[in-house]
Amino acid sequence: MGEFKVHRVRFFNYVPSGIRCVAYNNQSNRLAVSRTDGTVEIYNLSANYFQEKFFPGHESRATEALCWAKGQRLFSAGLNGEIIEYDLQALNIKYSMDAFGGPIWSMAASPSGSQLLVGCEDGSVKLFQINPDKIQFERNFDRQKSRILSLSWHPSGTHIAAGSIDCISVFDVKSGSAIHKMHVDRQYMGVSKRKCIIWGVAFLSDGTVISVDSAGKVQFWDSATGTLVKTHLVANADVQSIAVSDQEDSFVVGTAEGTVFHFQLVSVTSNSSEKQWVRTKPFQHHTHDVRTVAHSPTALISGGTDTHLVIRPLMEKVEVKNYDAALRKITFPHRRLISCSKKRQLLLFQFSHHLDLWRLGSTVATGGKTSGKFLVPGKHGDTLPLSKDADHLLHLKTKVSKMPAFLRSAVQILFSEDSTKLFVASNQGSLHIFRLLEGSFKHLHTFQAQSGTVESMCLLAVSPDGNWLAASGTSAGVHVYNVKRLKLHCTVPAYNFPVTALAIAPKTNNLVIAHSDQQIFEYSIPDKQYTEWSRTIQKQGFHYLWLQRDTPITHISFHPKRPMHILLHDAYMFCIIDKSLPLPNDKTLLYNPLPPTNESDVIRRRTAHAFKISKRYKPLLFMDLLDERTLVAVERPLDDIIAQLPPPIKKKKFGT
Amino acid sequence: MAALEEEFTLSGVPLGTGPDGLLGVEQCDKTDQFLITDSGRTVILYKVSDQKPLGSWSVKQGQVITCPAVCNFQTGEYIVVHDSKVLRLWTNEDVNLDKVFKATLSAEVYRILSIPGTEPLVLFKEGAVRGLEALLAEPQQKIETVISDEEVIKWTKFFMVFRHPALIFITEKHGNYFAYVQKFNSSVVSKYTLLLGQEEKSVIQSFTASLCRKFISLMSLSSDGCIYESLIPIHPSDPENNQLQRVVRSLLLKTVVSGNARNALSVLDQDHVAVLGPPLPASKECLSIWNTKFQTLQISKELPQGTSGQLWYYGEHLFMLHGKILTVIPYKCEMSSLAGALGKLKHGQDPGTQTMPHFVNWEASQGLGSQNSEPSKRILRRRKIEASVQPEVPASQQLLSTIKKDSEKHIEIELRKFLAIKRTPDFHTVIGDIVIGLLGRCKTEPSFYPRNSLMQLVQMHVLSYSLCPGLMEVALEKTDVEMLQLCLQQFPDIPEAVTCACLKMFLSDAVQEEKMEEQTGILQNGFNPEEDNCDNCDKELSEKPQNTIEETTSCPVIPKRAALLNAVLHSAYSETFLLPHLKDIPAQHITLFLQYLYFLYLKCSESATMTLPGIHPPTLNQIMDWICLLLDANFTVVVMIPEAKSLLLSLYKFVKSQICICSELNKIEVSFRELQKLNQEKNNRELYSIEVLELF
Repeated sequence: MGEFKVHRVRFFNYVPSGIRCVAYNNQSNRLAVSRTDGTVEIYNLSANYFQEKFFPGHESRATEALCWAKGQRLFSAGLNGEIIEYDLQALNIKYSMDAFGGPIWSMAASPSGSQLLVGCEDGSVKLFQINPDKIQFERNFDRQKSRILSLSWHPSGTHIAAGSIDCISVFDVKSGSAIHKMHVDRQYMGVSKRKCIIWGVAFLSDGTVISVDSAGKVQFWDSATGTLVKTHLVANADVQSIAVSDQEDSFVVGTAEGTVFHFQLVSVTSNSSEKQWVRTKPFQHHTHDVRTVAHSPTALISGGTDTHLVIRPLMEKVEVKNYDAALRKITFPHRRLISCSKKRQLLLFQFSHHLDLWRLGSTVATGGKTSGKFLVPGKHGDTLPLSKDADHLLHLKTKVSKMPAFLRSAVQILFSEDSTKLFVASNQGSLHIFRLLEGSFKHLHTFQAQSGTVESMCLLAVSPDGNWLAASGTSAGVHVYNVKRLKLHCTVPAYNFPVTALAIAPKTNNLVIAHSDQQIFEYSIPDKQYTEWSRTIQKQGFHYLWLQRDTPITHISFHPKRPMHILLHDAYMFCIIDKSLPLPNDKTLLYNPLPPTNESDVIRRRTAHAFKISKRYKPLLFMDLLDERTLVAVERPLDDIIAQLPPPIKKKKFGT
Repeated sequence: MAALEEEFTLSGVPLGTGPDGLLGVEQCDKTDQFLITDSGRTVILYKVSDQKPLGSWSVKQGQVITCPAVCNFQTGEYIVVHDSKVLRLWTNEDVNLDKVFKATLSAEVYRILSIPGTEPLVLFKEGAVRGLEALLAEPQQKIETVISDEEVIKWTKFFMVFRHPALIFITEKHGNYFAYVQKFNSSVVSKYTLLLGQEEKSVIQSFTASLCRKFISLMSLSSDGCIYESLIPIHPSDPENNQLQRVVRSLLLKTVVSGNARNALSVLDQDHVAVLGPPLPASKECLSIWNTKFQTLQISKELPQGTSGQLWYYGEHLFMLHGKILTVIPYKCEMSSLAGALGKLKHGQDPGTQTMPHFVNWEASQGLGSQNSEPSKRILRRRKIEASVQPEVPASQQLLSTIKKDSEKHIEIELRKFLAIKRTPDFHTVIGDIVIGLLGRCKTEPSFYPRNSLMQLVQMHVLSYSLCPGLMEVALEKTDVEMLQLCLQQFPDIPEAVTCACLKMFLSDAVQEEKMEEQTGILQNGFNPEEDNCDNCDKELSEKPQNTIEETTSCPVIPKRAALLNAVLHSAYSETFLLPHLKDIPAQHITLFLQYLYFLYLKCSESATMTLPGIHPPTLNQIMDWICLLLDANFTVVVMIPEAKSLLLSLYKFVKSQICICSELNKIEVSFRELQKLNQEKNNRELYSIEVLELF
């Protein structure tokens, strides 16, 4: 199959931000995740947990609360005191509105979805009406003494519970007055702490209020009488988050020790109607604080400082025990953060607020054996001596905008192969083409969005000859434009699952599309139809192990000399598909880590199949071909990320 | 389990109780509120949880309330009858009963009946029934006579049967009792005669009734102290035929109270009744809860100041007059579950032994229960039927009859034959019945003890303690330690008290003496694994060099006792239930057991895996748990015994060293982590390298 010199890069110093909030939308089965840097990501749980949308954050915007309202509308609020609504089609911020209550700590949408409640630093709870275009301030509730850290609506929408410091208040929504104030014990295992912070509250339809606090307690209150019903001491540290299932038969809490506890409403005895909340399952998938939890009908979702998003399916709720029932841990974004200049051997790293440019080093291949036409510097697994180390060239932080006003924001940009053109996907669904001149640029053309859609294009691919441009949004199909004639050439039929990577092959102009369900299609642009190979593999189906991978393919590239090869990778493997070889079926071994022993050529040829996989580099963030025999692989070992996180809460290991 | 909680009294307003006690306690439309009518002139509305009256109303002097006040659940009004014919309706807002709505009726009212979900009914003394609305529309309407002369209404109750109201009332005439059932969707009155059976002379003192599918289960407490049950059909077989039908009374519970006193009865739920009255002729009055299904007394509470022989039950409260004070006793009956009763599960299982069914299949046992394991009354009734029909007798029945009369030897042979037959799904219950049969004979004939048969049955691996309660008690009586050991190994659900009794026996001298006599018997009866285990220990010990600590050199108990104690260590328990029983064990025995546990611990810690040799040895956790339990229960005693001093010292030293180790480990944990980091860095190659990759 071939040998490669691989530049193994581990100096991409990327640390994902900690997760601050998650919000689950039952209607669309989507999960919104906000991180401490203000980034908001949307995951489509139906599409193999693909991160399909992404809103970059800003230093001034620290989100503290995130919620869905009115079905598909997403709001966030943060310490800058603003409520933000996101435009999920255009992928930008629709508007932001100051709540005038100081930093906002909590937010909750009413059960009907028509009202929004925020809890502010000054102790006020503010009610907003959600109108079709904007939100409108309605009124304040009785002001409390200290900041409102958590809010929850009663499912009927008549009352709310608000967690503050040392107390929980129950408000009547109609009058806006506090009808009960429940004081929480500051005592923690006999020691009086200074304050007891109510990190989370949940209001159940039977009037029970569940609170979680900084003393490690999960408490049940009767909101009608304002009395404490039951206390569970679950942690030695803060319990920071709570989420209740829609049926109100189970809920989940997350603690600062990284533990997630599942509570379920179970019958006291068999056949009795009397039910009791029981702590059933502890999960330890996190090393750091679990800042937020969510409860989907089938899974517990948690996230926190250790940057992992963990989706833990509840086995009793999963009907088919297939691969979907497995635990998911999502750490890296499902998009490419690295681009590479092949000729100059440069790597550009994208961070949330800056860019880094590096030049790769080189090696002098000394000695070695000759194999075929090429001089191979060593054998598989060897590390070659470096003649020149990699250099850090630039650190770009400031943005100087010389762009026209309509181009102030872009979702995706792409240069043509010969660096004469720049393609920009703007957030209104349109595509702009610029001609790049020495020190300036000229706007050539704009492809307007298809009538009726404002969906932004998130993925772009241009053919090496510069004639074709492919663009894909999150739901509609892939559009192919003719750059010469400046018109839409064709649209690849829409598929159920979002596109994760796109590329156009040189010479043949075949468009290769990877989807989040791990399917790969090859579409001939000139012929406007799927290629024969694509039809064959669809007919035969992919190997089951291929379909069970849980990270999406984020990059596709081609071999300049071998038109039958497609190179692609996800976070845990790198694969070359050789279209000339037979396809593997479920009985064949998909991945063979060991080099073939001295088998005869016949056997080798018989067992060989189209998918050549290497799992040597992981987690793999980027892999591309520099030239015919050289690859570049960018890895980001998890240990390096953990080393940069704050230390977790120390737990005694020996003795109790 | 049924439980009576702490009683409380409702006071505040003195009740004018007459010699016959109160007139009635009735529910209100609001939960927790009750209307109490005394036998004089007053009606009081109580909020029970607050123990305070919410309102009180009286009729004018000279008038007398003749029928307890009730609440109309549809309107929230209260209704009372004074001077037999005058009806008063009022609400919470009204202050004076004189000024409220009044209706004078043409006949004397026996009682007004009101239950949630329907209109109140008025039952006249002559047996006629009217809806309240219809009556109020025309108060002076003519009321017909239903019952005959000299017939007197004794008791009545109002039900909702499939959303239709139905009324039952009982009349008495010359010692004969009649039941009338009136349904209001068909307005047909059915009359039944209650046949008293042999107990002709007895007088019925109290009635209570509950709905039981298509029947009204009428329970009556007779002056002979027994509770009888009669099933009265709600839907008469042929409503056209209005002839007098007869209802048989069957005995439900025997002699629960002594007669000749004012006793009362109230049904609580499907299986429980509350009985008020003195259990013995001379004793004080008691409130007792009986389980009718198992015919057991669940709980009893003495009421030394006497009662009026009246008992009301609503929701979760029992009301009665204790002395002159109205007393409320909350009653609770939680369903008990097997899982809750099991406590800690048995540890592990021998791979060789057959798995025990931890959960008995109740479905299967119910089918069988109707044949032979139900309480006595039903058996008697069914037996008669069976005698007439007599299907082919199952093998288990034959065996049971064999057990009743034949010799031990013969039983053994029959049993072997029976066990050879193919197993049925209800096999475990059949085995349980056989054991109970054997034990029943043991109790009647002291010389009868079919040890071999019992052993054989226990070794079927299907028995549990609850299937054959009494087996271990009998074995304890006979000091049959092998049997006990076998039971401890096999049963998953031994009560802690019995476990503790076994432990007591194993530690006592009885075991020591027997050793010589029954050496051969031991080997036959499944002792071998444990025996081997301890032999191994000893062997190992002898091979050890002499410089080991003195305590470890010898096992403090003989191998047989060790084997028995190991069986106890393996048994399941709950700490809370075990602790009180452990306190009863004599101090020397505790010391001995502690010594043995300490010995086991030392043996454990000698091996790297922290396990004992042998096939089914106690685990380290079991040993530690028992040491803690014993010390928790008996520390004050043990600390006073001179012999235990060295043992306690060594235990103390051991704990101290453990604490030391832990704190040291905690101290060097940081260093460990640094080492780990170093190790990681070594594995971690540098940030940039160029490698060769070949794809296959």
